Amino acid sequence: MKNGVRYAMTMDTKRCVGCSACVLACKAENGLPLDGYRDWIVEETRGKFPNLTMEIRSERCNHCEHPACVAACPTGASHVAEGGTVLVEKSKCTGCKACIAACPYNARYVHPKGYVDKCTFCLHRVKRGQQPACVEICPTKALTFGDMNDPDGDVARLLRSRQSKVSKPETGLKPRLYF
Amino acid sequence: MHETITNRANPMIDPALHIWGWEIPVYLFLGGLAAGLMILSAMLARRDGAPLSRWARRLPFAAPALLSLGMLALFLDLEHPAHVFRFYLAFRPASPMSWGAWILVAIYPASLLYGLALLTDEEWAPAARAAGPFEKFRAFAVAKTGALAWINAVLGIALGAYTGVLLGNLGARAAWNSPVLAPLFLVSGFSTGAALAMLLPLSPSEKHLLRRWDLAAIGVEAALLGLFLVGLSTGGAATREAAALFLGGAFTAPFFVFVVIAGLGVPFVLEAVEWRKKLAPTLFAPALLLAGGLALRWVLVAAGQA
Repeated sequence: MKNGVRYAMTMDTKRCVGCSACVLACKAENGLPLDGYRDWIVEETRGKFPNLTMEIRSERCNHCEHPACVAACPTGASHVAEGGTVLVEKSKCTGCKACIAACPYNARYVHPKGYVDKCTFCLHRVKRGQQPACVEICPTKALTFGDMNDPDGDVARLLRSRQSKVSKPETGLKPRLYF
Repeated sequence: MHETITNRANPMIDPALHIWGWEIPVYLFLGGLAAGLMILSAMLARRDGAPLSRWARRLPFAAPALLSLGMLALFLDLEHPAHVFRFYLAFRPASPMSWGAWILVAIYPASLLYGLALLTDEEWAPAARAAGPFEKFRAFAVAKTGALAWINAVLGIALGAYTGVLLGNLGARAAWNSPVLAPLFLVSGFSTGAALAMLLPLSPSEKHLLRRWDLAAIGVEAALLGLFLVGLSTGGAATREAAALFLGGAFTAPFFVFVVIAGLGVPFVLEAVEWRKKLAPTLFAPALLLAGGLALRWVLVAAGQA
């Protein structure tokens, strides 16, 4: 895995304006149900008025290096696919929700059709050489997607040259969505 | 000030944090009961002294019956029940739920055969005529009674403990993330199993034995509950927040009233007094213990998703 393709995403919190285009593009691209979201916007405000700072993040499944959801899945429906992408095989999912309970990022939800649904990094688009829908639509170019093991790729270049953080690093799951 | 706004992860908009409803605590309770009864029926049969009474011989059949009810609850919880067979097309060693699925199917033959083995020849006689080929199963079971008792005890311990591991290894849910849950659920299952057995018309000597075991189990359970809270309240920020749910937060009242006082303290005192004054066991303490066992799981499952 070390030298293979490892998909990851970077999210520039200074560029993001919280327009939710990523959320809607994902919904349209993946035909999500009314209450289903695979990505979402978080606006976090810190400080004491009038000295406030705000950070806006576009969040989704972190496609962890050590996914707790895959470990918790009793049927093998949740699995690690190409490029470390964490996917759910619908036909194997019983809807027991162990993965939802195991995910510290709350990245999964129950689809009305009875299976658990989540971000796929738009693997169907990536295989065609396209970018994930959320990345493609982002009007401020806050999102960057690619192979973090490719030293000349955009993701590796950004991670090398800029400070980054991940959500809840204390989980030890090694999330692959960098802010 | 620290304010976070999101269109997700908000239980008002998207109740994703609360995923397990009444089905799970009911299953955990019935599974614990079945586990306790399996261990107890093996222990009762292995003790020295008088032969088992009529109802003690039938105790092994209670486990699959209760388990079937519990599995029905689990089945109702599945979002895609038609895919239930998928549990048995895979074994995932990292998933406690997968272990549980296989433990559950192993329990049926083990407990049913053990039940057949404990029946006397007179009790079996009416069934024997209709049994036909099943006669062979009973002959096999009777020949292997000792081994079946051990298998039942081991499977009972596996069932009782796995229900705690199931919740305990979920790192994402602070109130569940405690290794104490496995022994806690096991001992609670043992205690509620003893309580259910005491509701049956067993022989006085069996009831006295059950009461003694139950008193010990309640003591251990209280100590484990204490350890559970100490463990949570001395952990990181998230686990300390979870401990606060039971120590002043939203679940304090139900936890202390239904689980600690009515579910453990009162029945312990009642059983201890009955024991010291050499009174026959009453039905009140067992009934409270059973309600307390259900309350324990109910409160824990709810608190882990708060």
